[in-house]
Amino acid sequence: MNLEKTNHKSNKKLRKVAKAIWVFNWFNSCGFTEILPVVGSRWDMERFGLVPVSSPRQADCLIIAGYQTMKSIKRAKLIYEQMPSPKLVIALGSCPVTGGMYWDSYNTIKRLDDYIPVDLYIPGCPPRPEAIFDGIQKLMQRVK
Amino acid sequence: MTDLILKFVMAMGIIFGSIILGLLLKGIDRILVARMQRRVGPPLLQPFYDVKKLMIKESIIPKDAIKWIFELSPLISLAVSILILFYVPIAGKSILGNSGDLILVIYLFIFPGLALALGAFSSNSPYSNLGGQRLIINMLGYEFPLAIVSLTPAWIIYKNGFSNPFSLETIYTHNIWNLVGPVGIIGLLIETVVIFIIIAGELSKTPFDLDTADSEIAAGVLAEYSGKNLAMFYIAEAVKLVAIASLFITLFFPWNIETFFGLHLLIYLLKLFLIVFLSSSLIRTATSRFKISHLTRTYWGYLTLLAILGFIFTL
Repeated sequence: MNLEKTNHKSNKKLRKVAKAIWVFNWFNSCGFTEILPVVGSRWDMERFGLVPVSSPRQADCLIIAGYQTMKSIKRAKLIYEQMPSPKLVIALGSCPVTGGMYWDSYNTIKRLDDYIPVDLYIPGCPPRPEAIFDGIQKLMQRVK
Repeated sequence: MTDLILKFVMAMGIIFGSIILGLLLKGIDRILVARMQRRVGPPLLQPFYDVKKLMIKESIIPKDAIKWIFELSPLISLAVSILILFYVPIAGKSILGNSGDLILVIYLFIFPGLALALGAFSSNSPYSNLGGQRLIINMLGYEFPLAIVSLTPAWIIYKNGFSNPFSLETIYTHNIWNLVGPVGIIGLLIETVVIFIIIAGELSKTPFDLDTADSEIAAGVLAEYSGKNLAMFYIAEAVKLVAIASLFITLFFPWNIETFFGLHLLIYLLKLFLIVFLSSSLIRTATSRFKISHLTRTYWGYLTLLAILGFIFTL
């Protein structure tokens, strides 16, 4: 769901989603190592109602961490299509924005937005857990 | 006529009360688990937010699924979970209580799990299929020790010459701990330990959560469920928590102060909370998931032996 084009009714729906975001993680690079402590006891994302789930059918939010290759973007698209709407996509790290340090590789996706509608970019190489919480807080404020 | 209206009001109270109580207990359980893992934990009302969110989500039905079973099974699961609470006395009173309701309740407890397994099989996903098979094995496992443990109070009541030994209200009014000797009390204590492990198994909490193993088979039985159907399973699980805890309060922990209904209800809620804490939160935090062979060995080996031993002590 594109946050820019939200009207009043879909905002009302998204407000309910923002209180209990169930996250499905799709990692194939170093973004994984930085989101792992977010689940753990130090940064504890469950206090904002964020819970990691293991089936895309139950997820509200797809977190794509790090660069996507031509091969892995197919799986990412499949997961996105399996999720029930309203759904959000968060791109983690600078690789989904510009390609990051793999900007001249023949096989990486330089802009994730060309393939999947991204709602929120959290830049960083890789982003700190605080940055992730900041991004999610911005998402919640945008909905309100 | 007034009796009928009173029963209708009580039924409505139980339907809404059990859902709210179950979700609150779930929230308390999540906070306690978080505190034991040195986390802050979610807000108390987080399960309500979860249900609200699931209600507005899209409900996807897979293309190859058998649609009517897939959509009917969450309803059956929720309906039967609430139906059990009509038979189990809550704070000493039940709506549909009758002479043989202990046996009926034990059979009714099969239905929520069976509906979950049926829904999983009908969804035609390999993960769900695997989860459903594991759930059936889990149910086969805990059914036998559950039957032995539940029949012990009925046996004690029958031995002491009271009428209607299989009625839950009879068991609630005659405290079984006063009816047995010192050896019998040891037997009942052993059975109490078995009960807490059975409750964890019945609710598919962590050492027994093979059917929804997140890291192995991608949420297992619930892998294809989303939206309203998932919300119904979510509520059914919470109501089942209240139902099974109420059953064992009736069977084994019927102590009370018979002054007035409010205090009675308060003590009932306290006991409910203690049982949920010991059986669900504590065991969940302290253990990790069993293999399927460990599961059957635990149920049919150790727990059945312990249950029979406790039963022999009360003879």
